Amino acid sequence: MPKQTPWERIKNFEEVALGYPIETAVEEASRCLQCKKPFCNQGCPVGIDIPGFIKCIVEGDIASGVKKIKETNALPAICGRVCPQEEQCEKMCVVGKKGDPLSIGRLERFVADWEAAQGKIEVPDMAPKTGKKVAIVGAGPAGVTVANDLIILGHDVTIFEALHECGGVLMYGIPEFRLPKRIVNREVEYVRSLGVKIYTDFVVGKTRTVDQLLKEFDAIFVGSGAGLPWFMEIPGENLNGVFSANEYLTRVNLMKGFRFPEYDTPVKRPSRVAVVGGGNVAMDSARTAIRLGADEVHLVYRRSRTELPARIEEVENAEEEGVIFDLLTLPVRLIGDERGWIKEMECLRMELGEPDSSGRRKPIPVEGSNFIVPFDAAVIAIGNSPNPLIPMTTPGLEISKKGGIVTSAETGQTSRPNIWAGGDIVRGAATVISAMGDGRIAAASIHKHLMNKE
Amino acid sequence: MAYKIIERRMIVPNLHEFIVEAPAVAESVKPGNFVIVRPDEHGERIPLSVADWDRTAGTVTSIFMQVGGSTAKLARLKPGNTIPTYVGPLGKETVIQNFGAVLCLGGCYGIGSIYPIARALKEAGNKVYSVLEARSSFLLYWEDKFHKVSDKVFIITRDGTRGKKGHIGQIPEMLQQAGIVPNLTIVNGCTFQMMRMSQITKPLGWKTIVNMNPIMIDGTGMCGVCRLSVGGKMKFACVDGPDFDGHEIDWEEFLARRKSYNPEEVDPLRHSSCRSHF
Ligand SMILES: Cc1cc2nc3c(=O)[nH]c(=O)nc-3n(C[C@H](O)[C@H](O)[C@H](O)COP(=O)(O)OP(=O)(O)OC[C@H]3O[C@@H](n4cnc5c(N)ncnc54)[C@H](O)[C@@H]3O)c2cc1C
Ligand SMILES: Cc1cc2nc3c(=O)[nH]c(=O)nc-3n(C[C@H](O)[C@H](O)[C@H](O)COP(=O)(O)OP(=O)(O)OC[C@H]3O[C@@H](n4cnc5c(N)ncnc54)[C@H](O)[C@@H]3O)c2cc1C
Ligand code: SF4
Ligand code: SF4
Ligand code: FES
Repeated sequence: MPKQTPWERIKNFEEVALGYPIETAVEEASRCLQCKKPFCNQGCPVGIDIPGFIKCIVEGDIASGVKKIKETNALPAICGRVCPQEEQCEKMCVVGKKGDPLSIGRLERFVADWEAAQGKIEVPDMAPKTGKKVAIVGAGPAGVTVANDLIILGHDVTIFEALHECGGVLMYGIPEFRLPKRIVNREVEYVRSLGVKIYTDFVVGKTRTVDQLLKEFDAIFVGSGAGLPWFMEIPGENLNGVFSANEYLTRVNLMKGFRFPEYDTPVKRPSRVAVVGGGNVAMDSARTAIRLGADEVHLVYRRSRTELPARIEEVENAEEEGVIFDLLTLPVRLIGDERGWIKEMECLRMELGEPDSSGRRKPIPVEGSNFIVPFDAAVIAIGNSPNPLIPMTTPGLEISKKGGIVTSAETGQTSRPNIWAGGDIVRGAATVISAMGDGRIAAASIHKHLMNKE
Repeated sequence: MAYKIIERRMIVPNLHEFIVEAPAVAESVKPGNFVIVRPDEHGERIPLSVADWDRTAGTVTSIFMQVGGSTAKLARLKPGNTIPTYVGPLGKETVIQNFGAVLCLGGCYGIGSIYPIARALKEAGNKVYSVLEARSSFLLYWEDKFHKVSDKVFIITRDGTRGKKGHIGQIPEMLQQAGIVPNLTIVNGCTFQMMRMSQITKPLGWKTIVNMNPIMIDGTGMCGVCRLSVGGKMKFACVDGPDFDGHEIDWEEFLARRKSYNPEEVDPLRHSSCRSHF
């Protein structure tokens, strides 16, 4: 897929991948074998009819392709961009056994962008109104999916969102250069156009509790996502210039700090940045730091390149943009100056031992290998716990040891009647599509429950 | 969304009373909570403590001090204007029980935010001793409101233009003379005042609750910027607080963290732009 060149893109926040022109899309789609028993579908957590929509592209009937995808996925422009396709649908594609699998994600993106370019969005057939009311906590991918499915089934749906904008991580976490915010807004507006009511600036648990909402609504879905960032629990993490990835990315994305002082929220523009972690969040932080003009950005990760949990495409993008990978390196201490600002990071070299419970080789510190590197900022991107607010304010809800809401995998139901949950609040940090998959399951279960109860 | 400004007026130099129509917040707000406000579409999210509310009218009151860009924008608002974000009530409310005798110390905007705390404590059956502290008499406000909810109101001014001349260091002596030993001390105000009072009460063994005011963004336990060290543990003021035990806080770290964005936000205010005219 065409991309902005690295030397161009490190100077802007525009999208890196430019999308297929129609000829390329048709050509790529033509490689599909239209398998009788397609495996690709099984790799998709929301079960898109993949050969179905690809066939539409081959036949040049993109509009029908859109319709096919939207039967099961309300957010194709987003999934086509950020799904870890190589681990999901594309991993299962039979063509991939001998060569490159079909670029399913890119085709999905193509179809969604084509529809947006037409300027008119098809509205699906809506079931007659049921009179049942459902409240949704959080306008992230999980909540938006549930809202989409239930409004189509005829229920009255209201989303309560804590922030001033909808989209969850899509809005505050994933950077503009990977997922333009106008696309997120477009998808949210689509769901609103179906009749979903959305209240922003509404913190469930605080503005009103789940139990108060239950007096007014027949069912509640909690999709409140990930919360408090983890830190390494090493000395110096509260020094100035040390950020959680969530803070760093929220300042830039949601609050548009990269346009300070036009926008009021400031963001630091340090010259030597350490990003600690190896997942998508770490890549996003490192690439953001590059765009904010850092001279050197180091990604500090305790295992080796093969274990990096980030999507390979994003690792390559980061490398192209000049991010320096300090692999097999473990920070043990952050050192401050006399005014309380970070100035150095002390690290240990690691080597790989036997595989651990996650199946990855365990990093072991090399005794006495300590070394000190100067940095004027550090971004900690080692994960989050589930958002604490709903668990803290909803008595009787069963909570896992890690702080997530416990649900039944088949239905998304929680330990309390009339309350469902899904996405990162259940799984901890996971993926957009798994949050949406949870949303679909919960929506189906809520629908069944509401229609049986008279 | 859009929230209507009912009132915004300077009640004493540089401190503004700020009343906003926000029925959902007014319905559930409790003493010790705060709200997050964005003055306009390009604005920053800034936290303000609540100082009063009217559940029937659906309005919430805060007192804010004009310090930087965002509060300057707020200070320009007029009744009838709207702001795009007003979310709350956030944070855990102040614990209200019958403790016996409670000392409520307020300074700066904290005179406002400690008022509903004093009122609730009084309703819970406590003896309430309110201390209002300011540099000078013209910086005091809401004295009459405090008289209604307190067993006794003490005033301290740095220049002695009203009440006792001096500073909060004299509070223990003042209370001793009045024969008062508080079972609990609560402080709302600027960081320095909360720190000083915690240092004063520690050797006396007076349990002291402070209402912390770190930099915040979301206020829902997502971004981690509001972290502070309490009793050697990392806490997040927006969900674990903002009330904490003042004797357990790492104040030095806290003061440094609050200054994180001074180079971007505060320093430019100190440079005059007159030179650009030459
Ligand atoms: C930087 C970053 C990059 C990522 N990159 C990828 C990627 O490339 N591919 C991928 O698949 N996944 C990626 N992820 C993970 C993915 O974004 C999440 O798994 C997904 O967004 C989870 O969706 P969710 O709906 O469960 O929660 P969220 O997206 O977290 O949304 C939750 C929403 O609920 C709101 N909320 C919280 N509490 C309350 C409350 N009490 N009341 C009202 N509203 C509330 C929040 O404000 C938020 O808007 C990334 C995550 C991050 C942080
Ligand atoms: C829980 C809580 C309750 C608060 N209650 C009140 C209140 O009732 N009245 C009141 O006047 N102020 C209150 N504050 C402080 C208020 O939020 C800041 O004064 C305001 O954000 C400053 O914004 P500014 O753009 O005008 O100033 P800036 O130019 O941003 O900064 C001026 C100074 O304020 C500090 N500051 C900057 N941003 C924040 C922030 N988000 N939170 C805290 N401090 C910050 C900076 O370190 C700097 O020293 C409260 C803060 C918290 C966390
Ligand atoms: S939603 Fe994700 S997993 Fe499903 S087909 Fe699209 S890219 Fe593949
Ligand atoms: S497995 Fe691959 S080739 Fe077969 S239908 Fe799916 S995308 Fe087409
Ligand atoms: S303000 Fe973001 S976690 Fe507290």
